[in-house]
Amino acid sequence: MTQFEDTIAVARGVAWRVLHTFFTNKAFLLPSVAFPLFFFTAFVGALSRIRDVPGFDFPTGYTAFQFVFVLLQSAAFAGVFTGFGIARDFESGFMRRLMVAAPNRGGILLGYALSALVRWLTVVSIVTVVALLAHMQVGGNGVELFGLYLLGLLLNLAGALWAAGVAMRLRTQQAAPVMQMPVFLILFFAPVYVPLGLLQGWIHGVASVNPVTALLEAGRGLISGDRQLTVAAFAIGIGLVVGFSFWAVRGLRRAEAAG
Amino acid sequence: MRTARQPANVVFPLIFPMLLLAVNAGGLKAATNLPGFPTSSFLAFALAVPFIQGALLATINANVEFARDIQTGFLNRLALTPVRGLVLLVGQLGGLLTIALVQAVFYLAVGTAFGVRLASGIGGAFMLLVLEAVIALGFAALGSWAALKTGSTEAVQGLFPVFFVFLFLSSMNMPRNLIQADWFRWIATVNPVSYLIEAVRSLVIEGWNWEALGLGFAAAGALSAIGFALAIHALWHRLERT
Repeated sequence: MTQFEDTIAVARGVAWRVLHTFFTNKAFLLPSVAFPLFFFTAFVGALSRIRDVPGFDFPTGYTAFQFVFVLLQSAAFAGVFTGFGIARDFESGFMRRLMVAAPNRGGILLGYALSALVRWLTVVSIVTVVALLAHMQVGGNGVELFGLYLLGLLLNLAGALWAAGVAMRLRTQQAAPVMQMPVFLILFFAPVYVPLGLLQGWIHGVASVNPVTALLEAGRGLISGDRQLTVAAFAIGIGLVVGFSFWAVRGLRRAEAAG
Repeated sequence: MRTARQPANVVFPLIFPMLLLAVNAGGLKAATNLPGFPTSSFLAFALAVPFIQGALLATINANVEFARDIQTGFLNRLALTPVRGLVLLVGQLGGLLTIALVQAVFYLAVGTAFGVRLASGIGGAFMLLVLEAVIALGFAALGSWAALKTGSTEAVQGLFPVFFVFLFLSSMNMPRNLIQADWFRWIATVNPVSYLIEAVRSLVIEGWNWEALGLGFAAAGALSAIGFALAIHALWHRLERT
């Protein structure tokens, strides 16, 4: 087998194992699906009156406005939850056996990233169906919607690689807040409830320099068919994936060195 | 004492609600421009939420430890001593109450430091602490019931999302009369957490609204009574088995 084939074989094995656990254990499946749905329901239900705030001019309504946030949030957290699984595998001793058995350990990271992607695609399919049932208006065309989901995919990969890097370095489930909290904060320090222009005070300053703001604004532009910051958002998304790939690979090397 | 010895269990319930408050107060400031919004400060409007959230977090953390005592057999050994079961439960709830009150004072101090003034004055601050104690007692009793009933730390941790759902499906971010979606307004109206939040909120932004306070105390009292009855019943069964 070539090195590429080795990598793919390991990645397939790891991804299959993670996904098997995910789909057969409702303790993992239900929270992953329920939380984005719940946030979507709570935000859209409680805050739909926000569209009456002077200056709120999002063309396709508050449901679509919040859908983009929930889509990106579910993408990032599907990645982070994968990191929890890596930490669990370290604690149970499975990772040590996996590292001994894998002919190419890069495949381990690839496998976890693939599983994060499938997890998110499952969750976002359900959230999309629910949003459409809730009469979400969509102004974007097919290409723009594809772009929106592609942005989510980039954030999902970035989240998975970030969490993998932390899990590989700390190798304990107690690291869960370290994986989760920065992602939570960077997501919520963006224009979650209203557009950037309506934010005031310190949160406006923070959101203006927060890279997730560009992803959100671009995503909202894509769903409404009124594109803005699209190129910048993809550049940020790709940059996050590349940066966290290095972070995760170096984490893998540290885990290898630690034995 | 056990909670105080674990900084993560103390710091997280103090900091996390404040972070969420900061995010919501900043992000939803524009909502105060809606006609009929009861205050011009979203921070004052949202200050009620940490009181409920902090009580929830403290309850989960402390009852996870209680469940661990059951898992490890510590409760069984305690049951062999002359200490009565009821005293064990009251001790557990008393500890939780203390934590919740420390948190409440912290949230009040942070709110005041950022410019929130209680419309109900100093007396309102004391009333708020009394209300927080009854609310915390309600959540703590329900958490203790879960710990005693299941004897599982995971089951108690599993309560967190359930409580969180109740919190988010309430009037935490918008007054009920301004919620546009009928179905959500209905859920928020039948959700007792709405009345807990509105009672705390009334002391902060309205002054002495006896209707809101009455409903809040009634909801918290009912939670406490139900939780305590369930917890006593579960404790009785738990000790009977040993």
